[in-house]
Amino acid sequence: MITVSSLLDSEWHQRYKRISKLNIRSSIYDVTNQCNLRCKGCFFFSSGEDKAAVEEKDIKKWAAFIDREKERGVNLAILIGGEPTLHLDRVEAFYRRLPTFVATNGLIKIPRDRFPNLMLGISLWGDENDEKVLRGKDTFSISSKHYEGDPNVYYLYTLTPKQIGKTERIISKIRDAGLKVHMQLLSNDEGVDGFSWHPEQLEAIRLEMDDMLDQYPNTVISSKYYHEIITTGKMLGRRFGWNECPSVTEPLDKRNPRPKRLIEFIRWASDLKTMHRCCTSETRDCSSCKDGAAHMSWVMVNKRAHIRTTKDLQNWIEVYEMFAKLYQFIPW
Amino acid sequence: MRMSTAPDVEKIILNVAQIMIDELKLEDVTPETFDPQIDLIDEVGIDSMDLATVALVLRDEYAIRIDEDDYPKLTSVRLISEYISDKLADRADG
Ligand code: SF4
Ligand code: SF4
Repeated sequence: MITVSSLLDSEWHQRYKRISKLNIRSSIYDVTNQCNLRCKGCFFFSSGEDKAAVEEKDIKKWAAFIDREKERGVNLAILIGGEPTLHLDRVEAFYRRLPTFVATNGLIKIPRDRFPNLMLGISLWGDENDEKVLRGKDTFSISSKHYEGDPNVYYLYTLTPKQIGKTERIISKIRDAGLKVHMQLLSNDEGVDGFSWHPEQLEAIRLEMDDMLDQYPNTVISSKYYHEIITTGKMLGRRFGWNECPSVTEPLDKRNPRPKRLIEFIRWASDLKTMHRCCTSETRDCSSCKDGAAHMSWVMVNKRAHIRTTKDLQNWIEVYEMFAKLYQFIPW
Repeated sequence: MRMSTAPDVEKIILNVAQIMIDELKLEDVTPETFDPQIDLIDEVGIDSMDLATVALVLRDEYAIRIDEDDYPKLTSVRLISEYISDKLADRADG
């Protein structure tokens, strides 16, 4: 029988041991149905999920709900929306109770005296031109001023086919702002012309992502195996999609057979009662879904499948480390 | 006092190892070569979903309930087998 120690030397084994007991249990929360932007391709608005539930406005109910989530075993709250920073009281209710990560567009500056260590991921959809086409404004020029040098912030850089050959400029801008970056791929939920991926573009962007990681190892939080999985949609000969997705809300998961999945994962709507199908929109076609978190979770929940060769297991460790760094379970 | 009707731990170990191998499709190992002390989570990569699968089969096999809260301490074939043995002994006592 192949075991972990038979595959790893002592250095890798140490890395493995650092993460093997983390037991991360995340869930996702729509903090609000509103946003101060309306990006083309935003899964939340394009799928109508912003109308799926009426927002809970009573902060006491949020507090009681979060306490119940904590009891349910959640140890990482990922806040999305809409734009969570429009409701700092709700963000604070999470922050006081659980390790909390906020996905934001960075247009509103979080007051650091109130939220000293709050983890933030700022969305960025390409260069100034892409951002203007897809989001109506160049958000980087604003968000990078708000968070320059902040040790608890990274950019969540969504790559589009138009970014091929241009990512280095953005990555070096992020480095110059003293921030980190993690890359993911646009799923183009609203079919904006020229923003859907072709196979040769996916190959090209994979090489470019690898190159950026090699050139900017202190800025880019990523792994080459993640680049492979997200651009090919394949892992160990298996294809990503509905039958394999780990990020389906558990009480709604009626798949049989059940694949390896995130334990107790739920994505909650802002009424604190409605559950969404998965970490992204219900209307998205799973066969072309490029959701970064779902792909990395796919690797993470399939640990045993990677205890096969030294390289496979090292790949698994690197993806797990990447996730653990993104949510600060281990240092950057 | 414990009654002798509870099967001994060594026998349970072989059976638990066999169930693990069958249910989790573990390769290159037999119940006899399966090290009962090996850490199932850290070394074999077994997770709580795997444990739940095995727990269902063990429940039917031994007519005992394995509490989900107990999973964290069931980290080796020996510990699982001792757990089963204790449950059987309790039942025999009761
Ligand atoms: S900033 Fe985020 S939530 Fe707001 S419209 Fe854009 S993608 Fe959607
Ligand atoms: S859309 Fe993506 S994240 Fe949602 S269930 Fe399908 S594959 Fe999973």
